[in-house]
This record gives sequence, structure tokens and C-alpha cells, in this order.
Amino acid sequence: MKRTGAQIVIECLKREGVKHIFGYPGGVVLGIFDLLYDDKDIQLVLTRHEQGAVHAADGYARSTGRPGVVLVTSGPGATNTVTGIATAYMDSIPVIVLTGQVPTKLIGNDAFQEADIVGITRPCTKHNYLVKDVKDLARIMKEAFHIATTGRPGPVLIDLPKDVLGDKTTFHCPDKVTIRGYNPKYEGNRWMIKQAANEIQKAKRPVIIAGGGVVHSDASKELKELAELTEIPVIMTLMGLGVFPGTHRLSLGMPGMHGSYYANKAIQESDLLIAVGIRFDDRVTGRISSFAPKAKIIHIDIDPSSIRKNVRVDVPIVGDAKRVLKVLVEMLKEGGKVQWEAVRKAWLKQIEKWKQERPLSYEFDENIIKPQFVVEKIYELTKGKAIISTEVGQNQMWTAQFYKFDRPRTLLTSGGLGTMGYGFPAAMGAQVAHPDKIVIDIAGDGSFQMNIQELATCVTYKLPVKVAILNNMYLGMVRQWQELFYAERYSYSHLDTVPDFVKVAEAYGAVGLRATKPSEVEPVIKEALKVKDLPVVMDFIVDWKEKVFPMVPAGGSLDEMIFGEEKKEKKKLRAVK
Amino acid sequence: MRHTISVLVENKFGVLSRVSGLFSGRGYNIESLSVGETIDPNISIMTIVTSGDDQVIEQITKQLNKLIDVIKVVDLTEVDHVEREMILIKVAPKREDKAEVLRLVEIFRGKVVDSSPQTYTIEITGDEKKIEAFVELMKAFNIKEFVRTGKIAIAREGVK
Ligand SMILES: Cc1ncc(C[n+]2csc(CCOP(=O)(O)OP(=O)(O)O)c2C)c(N)n1
Ligand SMILES: [Mg+2]
Repeated sequence: MKRTGAQIVIECLKREGVKHIFGYPGGVVLGIFDLLYDDKDIQLVLTRHEQGAVHAADGYARSTGRPGVVLVTSGPGATNTVTGIATAYMDSIPVIVLTGQVPTKLIGNDAFQEADIVGITRPCTKHNYLVKDVKDLARIMKEAFHIATTGRPGPVLIDLPKDVLGDKTTFHCPDKVTIRGYNPKYEGNRWMIKQAANEIQKAKRPVIIAGGGVVHSDASKELKELAELTEIPVIMTLMGLGVFPGTHRLSLGMPGMHGSYYANKAIQESDLLIAVGIRFDDRVTGRISSFAPKAKIIHIDIDPSSIRKNVRVDVPIVGDAKRVLKVLVEMLKEGGKVQWEAVRKAWLKQIEKWKQERPLSYEFDENIIKPQFVVEKIYELTKGKAIISTEVGQNQMWTAQFYKFDRPRTLLTSGGLGTMGYGFPAAMGAQVAHPDKIVIDIAGDGSFQMNIQELATCVTYKLPVKVAILNNMYLGMVRQWQELFYAERYSYSHLDTVPDFVKVAEAYGAVGLRATKPSEVEPVIKEALKVKDLPVVMDFIVDWKEKVFPMVPAGGSLDEMIFGEEKKEKKKLRAVK
Repeated sequence: MRHTISVLVENKFGVLSRVSGLFSGRGYNIESLSVGETIDPNISIMTIVTSGDDQVIEQITKQLNKLIDVIKVVDLTEVDHVEREMILIKVAPKREDKAEVLRLVEIFRGKVVDSSPQTYTIEITGDEKKIEAFVELMKAFNIKEFVRTGKIAIAREGVK
């Protein structure tokens, strides 16, 4: 029996086990939408903006490990997905984006709603396709899922011209994908892993830095084994938070620009960095030339191009984190009985001293809500078991600092691209995947307004996503930089008009709550947690003067942290490009 | 340092822009790029001349390898190889210089592929040094037009 391109798309999605699509209709994809109208297996979640659809698919993917799927129309529908795609690309998230395209005969004619989306997204997808012949469609669908989910994951876009969706062919889906130019390497080189084991045995002040790669490779168990076996403290990048329990005695939290004092200190003093699934982003390393000056570096990553891209590496290991760590732990165990605790005693004691010296902290105030207090309360009241997403700015950094993530896939945040407006739709996608979990977007008043329209989606589908706005009436992180590095000249960072978020929520049919005093924070959160079938917006009016500390000024070395106490010195600090 | 990199790619729509986009997007520099089909019509080969320090070249190779449509990347600079480039150059020498131009073409084993009462169009093939030397000499004879293919290169047998 022959099938149309649109039927093939749906059939392929089903074979990949897709249950939800996030999307928005338009002329050229109506053929697919028509099939979805009475499809029993696949539900389309109609977002209110295509950007929201991609972030939702991304949140779905991050929280489950399964690819998220997006379906949009050509032209503006397609271009609206670009920020979402770039966000997923930077953080290596498997998302499949299906875009409609004008009929093949019209491509290149500046037809109505034509955009060269394959050209536009070439640098921000792992791969993309323009399907020119319906006979290639099933194979391309299969390849797309394969590419998106294997190796270093990432978004894949498939552009579907209208005529291809209508053309008919015999359906044949290959069971195996063979792409001669694509063969990710999963097994690490044993000799190299042996070198790594040797270095670990010799090291006096080792530290592990784990990143998003550990999440993707599902290697938390192996990571924990390594850390506990060898008594090595673990630092997690923003993308890695949760891969090792934040409450574990060996956890040092996040490094970098707003990392903990002790994490940054440990890096700078260490003699061996064991980097797993991280790409040494500049927000993590600070000034490269003075990064970890005393350390040898072991770098385990599935993407060869991540290795030696930013930092020198002594022991490069290309492979899947899970498999490499497993072999590494075996080798270390075979290496004979080492009294790890005794070996590590001095180093762990030193780290403990740093922890005592400068713990992550803020000044509690009885009259005004401190944003960190809100994050702490959310942590307390969800017992650390919620799925948390963040927007970008101070809200993101306070969440990373004050919510202790004990499990992977519980923090959804735009690390690489730093996309304001990501958190809310991502939370929505995660809630679709986990209807029974508590999902909370810790938001900024600026960022939330970038995808606030998704409240309608949450109301429609009865998604009880909670949004906790740390409302400081400012683009707070921008304001912080201006205060510290631009002589307090607050150029266009004050949001003069911030809507009444409670009323906005209510206008959408959602629940709106507000806290203006510290004593109201807990009741508001408790109230919000009771709501099971509607989104809730919690408007926390927080101290707008609050800043995120510690801070390594951009371009500074990890040793050059400022703590907000050096008020008199601040005039001297200058922005470094 | 200068590197000549040979890239085997799927002969598909958009591959050239994936490769060139990679260079421009990451700020790598392309001195020349030539593409053509191989014996297998599904595969094309690109010869790219680029420059950068070791770290940059390592990244270029790795990033090229990451492209799904790239089948194989060989940095020919690391092996013994043969490089060739062809140019077509149109000169309009003075009447009294014409013989000299033809003599030079002879010495460089070039060919005159077109001529008019005023001009010669000359084809020269060779490695970079030879081509540069020839072009340098032609400067005295009123160069009208000049095109070059960009380099192609191949590893010598037995040293791969
Ligand atoms: C789409 C986008 N535009 C601009 C920025 C630059 N930026 C980073 S943080 C920030 C301020 C965010 O304000 P808000 O959401 O209120 O968060 P706060 O820092 O106040 O917690 C801005 C404008 C960005 N990250 N993303
Ligand atoms: Mg704000």
C-alpha cells in the first residue's frame, strides 16, 4: 500500500515511540495536522509560540533522556524555532524539529512564507535535511532520530516541502542506520584510561569536574563509584548539577563565574583535574592562562573536538563517560588496596577549611524577601525532589547555588546559550513528560515575559507548572554588572513597567499568588504546591539590590573572586572584555 | 603554519556550505578550496588550504570530522604528498616582448591556450613556487586577467 509523505512522518514518529509533539500549525503542514486530528497515539501540544514549542521539547528531552519533537510551519513558523534550536544545540539536547516548506518547485522563488531554514539552522543543528523526494523520507526520519540521540546528542531539523508531504510511495523504513561519515566512538582507549588511573594514584589534590556529558551518558552511578572509591571531591558545572548528589559530603557544587569559593579554590590548587563530559566553557574556566595552573588534566568526552579546544590536556580520552568511568574504576580497584582515606585526608581537610571560610551565604532580612531565601524555601518544601527549570540571569545562578540537586535531569537550564525565556516552556515540556511530578520554573521578571504566553498552553492542557518569579523589577544580572563594572550607570536595565503578574495569571485562567514579606514566602509556596490542575504564578517581590556572589569578573582568573564585601574597592573594578 | 587538508565528503546538496560555513563560523581561514567528484559519483573530494597554529589545525580537523556528511579528513601536510595548481593568465605584451613571453612559457612547460592579436592566454600547472615565479615574471608583460584553480593534492604512494 502506498502512503503519503505526511502518513510516513506520523508512522516513523510512532516507530520511534513518540507520544507527544509540541507544535503550531500553518499552511504547508496542514496535511500532517489533519492526520493528528484523530490520531490515538500521538498528542500534539499546541503552544502559543514556536519558540515555546522547541523549549518545551527540549525540557521534555532533558527531563526524560528521550528526544523531544517539534512540528511547525514554513517561513515564520520555522524562523521562530531558531533560538530554541540554538539553545538545544549549545547544551547537546536531542530535539527533532520538523518544519514545513513551500513546494519544491517554488523553493528559491521567494514564495509566500518561504525561508531557507536549512541554511539558517546549519550552524546550530547537529545535522539537518531538506527532503526532496518522498522516497527518502522514511530513511531520513530514521537517521534524524539516530543522529540526535547518539554520540554527543543534539538537535536535528527536517524540512518538509508541501508536495513531498502529499506525494505517495511504498513505505519502507530501514531497521538499521548506516552513515559512513558518522561513527561515534564509545569505548575509550584502554591505554589512555590506564594512564588516567596512574595519574589518579599519584595525585595528592585531585578533583573531579563533571558536566552535561555525564547526564547524557547516564553515568551518575559510575561517577559516584569513582568519587567514593578514591575519595575525590566532585565539582559540577551548571549542566552537570545533579549528576552527583549536591548533598554528598564530597560535593563542592558549581565552579566558575558564580561558583562556590571552595570549588574554585579546589580547581586552582589541585594537582589533577578529572574532567568528565565538560567542554571548559569560559564561564567555567575564567581566564584560561591561569586556570588550574598546578594541575594535570584528564579529559573524558565523547566529542573529540571538545578535547584541547580550550585547555591543554594531559590525558585525553575520547569515549562515552559511562563506559570509560566503568573501566577506570575497575582499573583502580585492580591497582591494589590503596588507603584512599588516609591519602586524601590532608586535601579534604583543606577543602573543608575553605568551606568553613566562605560558605555560600546571604544575609537574611525580616522585612524584605531575599531571592536566595525563596530558592531555599522551594528546596525545603519540595524536599529537593522537584524538577526545577530556570530562566537566565540572577535567578539562574541563585538556583544553581541554593537548590541542592541530588539527581540528574532535575535541573533544566540554558547553560550554553543563556536563553532568557527558556525556563517556563521547558518546565511545561517536562510537566508533559512527568504529569505527577512537581515542576517549578524559578524565573526572573524579565525572562518570564519572554514566553509568558505559554500560560495559555498550560491552562489548556491542565499542566500544573509552577512559576516562582524572583521579581526585582530589573534585568537583575545586567543591573549587577552595571553596578559593579559600569559605575552604577543603570542603562536600560530597569523594567519600568512590570505587569501585575497575579492579574496576568488570572487573566489566562491560571492561579496567581504574591508574597511581599519573608513570612509570606512559605505559605505562598505551600499554596502553590496544592494546585494540581492549573499553572500557578508566584510573584515574589524580592530585594532588588541583591547580587550574586561570589563572582569572578569576566576575563578574570578563578582566584580573583569578589564577595560583595569590598564595597569601597568596587569602583576600581572594570569590565574586562 | 599552512596546511593542505583533503576532505572526502558525501556528494550531496549543501555539503560545500556546511564546510565553508564551518570555517567562516569559527573564524578559520581558507586560502583556497577546490571541489570535485571522485570516481565514485556519490563522493566528492575537497582540497582545502588553511593556516593556523597546531591547536587551530587540530580543531579544524576535528570539527570537519564532526560533520555528518564528511567521510574522511586527511591533513596532507603530515605526509609526503604532491600538490598542483593550475592558472590561466591573459597577458598583453608589447610587440617586441612577445617572443620573450613564449620563451618563458616554454621554460615553465606551460601552454598558450588562446591568442589574439594583442594577447596570449597561458595555462601553467605546477606547485606553488613555480606558479608564483611565473606570475612574478609575467608582471612585466601587462597582465589583463588571471584565474587560479586553488590547490589539489594527493599523498604519495607507500607513505600513507
Ligand atoms: C534572550 C536574551 N536576551 C538578553 C540576554 C542578556 N541577559 C542576561 S541576564 C539578563 C537579565 C535577566 O533579567 P531577569 O529575567 O529579570 O532575571 P534577573 O537577573 O533579574 O534574575 C539579560 C538581559 C539573555 N541572556 N537572553
Ligand atoms: Mg529581574
